[in-house]
Amino acid sequence: MTLTHPRTVVPPTGTRRLLAAPGPTRIDHEDTFGPLPQLGPWVIDELGRAGVDGRGGAGFPLARKLAAVTARGRRRGRGAPLVVANAAEGEPASRKDAVLLERAPHLVLDGLVVAAAAIGASEAVLATSDRLAGPVRRALAERAVRGADRGGDPVPISLRVLPHASFVSGEASALASAVAGGRGLPEDRVVRLAERGPSGRPTLVSNVETLAQAALVVRFGAAWARGVGSPSAPGTRLVTVSDVTDPATAVVLETAGGAPLGELLRASRLPVTDPAHTRAVLVGGWGGTWLPAAALDASFDPEGLARWGAAPGAGVLAVLDDRTCPIAVTARLATALAGASAGRCGPCVNGLPRIADVVGDLASGRAGVGSVASGRSARDLAGEVRRVAALVDGRGACHHPDGVARMVRSALDVFHDDVQAHLGGRCLLERGGAR
Amino acid sequence: MSAGVGMGADAGDVALHVDWTRCRGRGLCTELFSEQLERDEWGYPIARAGDPGDPGDPGARAGDPGDPGTRDVPVRPHERAAAADAVAMCPLQALRLVER
Repeated sequence: MTLTHPRTVVPPTGTRRLLAAPGPTRIDHEDTFGPLPQLGPWVIDELGRAGVDGRGGAGFPLARKLAAVTARGRRRGRGAPLVVANAAEGEPASRKDAVLLERAPHLVLDGLVVAAAAIGASEAVLATSDRLAGPVRRALAERAVRGADRGGDPVPISLRVLPHASFVSGEASALASAVAGGRGLPEDRVVRLAERGPSGRPTLVSNVETLAQAALVVRFGAAWARGVGSPSAPGTRLVTVSDVTDPATAVVLETAGGAPLGELLRASRLPVTDPAHTRAVLVGGWGGTWLPAAALDASFDPEGLARWGAAPGAGVLAVLDDRTCPIAVTARLATALAGASAGRCGPCVNGLPRIADVVGDLASGRAGVGSVASGRSARDLAGEVRRVAALVDGRGACHHPDGVARMVRSALDVFHDDVQAHLGGRCLLERGGAR
Repeated sequence: MSAGVGMGADAGDVALHVDWTRCRGRGLCTELFSEQLERDEWGYPIARAGDPGDPGDPGARAGDPGDPGTRDVPVRPHERAAAADAVAMCPLQALRLVER
């Protein structure tokens, strides 16, 4: 369809789109992006043409998610749908949602308005941790001074501060539970949130970056959106690059979809990304996939990463240098992820600590003298990790255990030589020893 | 999408869905539906090896984050009655049959 732009702003050029405004205020926002156009169900087709996919981790197309909620809502008559912006950002290696809320909160709130209009929602909620609530409160206060008849928001937007900010609090069913007044833990579902969320209403949960992208597409159109990026990742995306051993080093970039991994590392200017010393990259998140340095030519999009068995996930690139023992790092991640379980599902509660123990044995060199934790011979440790990973994979209410299984399996593949050395009681790193 | 189906449902393939937030590994289901279920080392029901559902294929479960993430256990037509017994007898009401 043809979009009319009742405004005089120039669409952002280059790859600075979400972060194009000079500041976070409503004036900065409107000077940069102009007002929203007249909204309606048409936006679903436009978002589909633009190829906006979910930026929280799963990469599911936004247009299909919106269409699913509208179809369910019409058929079932369960009450007006609810739309929830997910800014839990429980992923320890991601900082992009925080940066987006600090730099462009109004673009996110506009995105909520767009999604609400697309599915006929009567209420919109932004859910986030206490840490990130400040900029949202300020932006909501700026918007509250205008009524719906004077360019104000057509749906009420409220802020929900999550009761706890843990790794799994951003999982869609956990977030929907928190918004409905529940405990904010992952829930079992045989019925989609799109059909009936915890509140009884069809519920759309979407990551804040996804919604902000939608707010750009409805203003400037799908053709503009596809003006940068690759076929499988049109437009821009926010990427968090960090030293995998220190999430506090995180740098957030807005880049064209499909940029080569190596280019993203360079653009971060982090010392750990020195190409001469880059050993591997954990892609997607802590529950993502380890890729070797040989993969740095791959494009950061679904197509380029699929060849390496990975996916963009939450836009995370966590870098490992060649002076750090990869088995020790993997053990630390596995331990942290085991501790981050919501504790609801048996296979996760039992299996994740078991995986962490066995990888820890491998890392510490106890492999060479047999292992107390595993009760098995040293040579079986790698096999034991794979066996338990298969036991937790897909056996939980949420995808947390699946991510742990994916991460440790990829570590065994990518760091095969290190694993063999550790099985023999050695570490390939000169001084690292069995750290 | 899997929606709950009644025990009398006879159209289409069904699978056994475990609500892992309820299951405490009592193990009744693994006796009543031993054709497909056994207990893992912690006592929780798992599909017998050789018919493992769809493990190892992330694509089969990736996608809509609103979809159930769980690995349901396939139920063959002649196993419907046993699977239905397992559903009915679970002391924690953690099981149900869903369309595949």
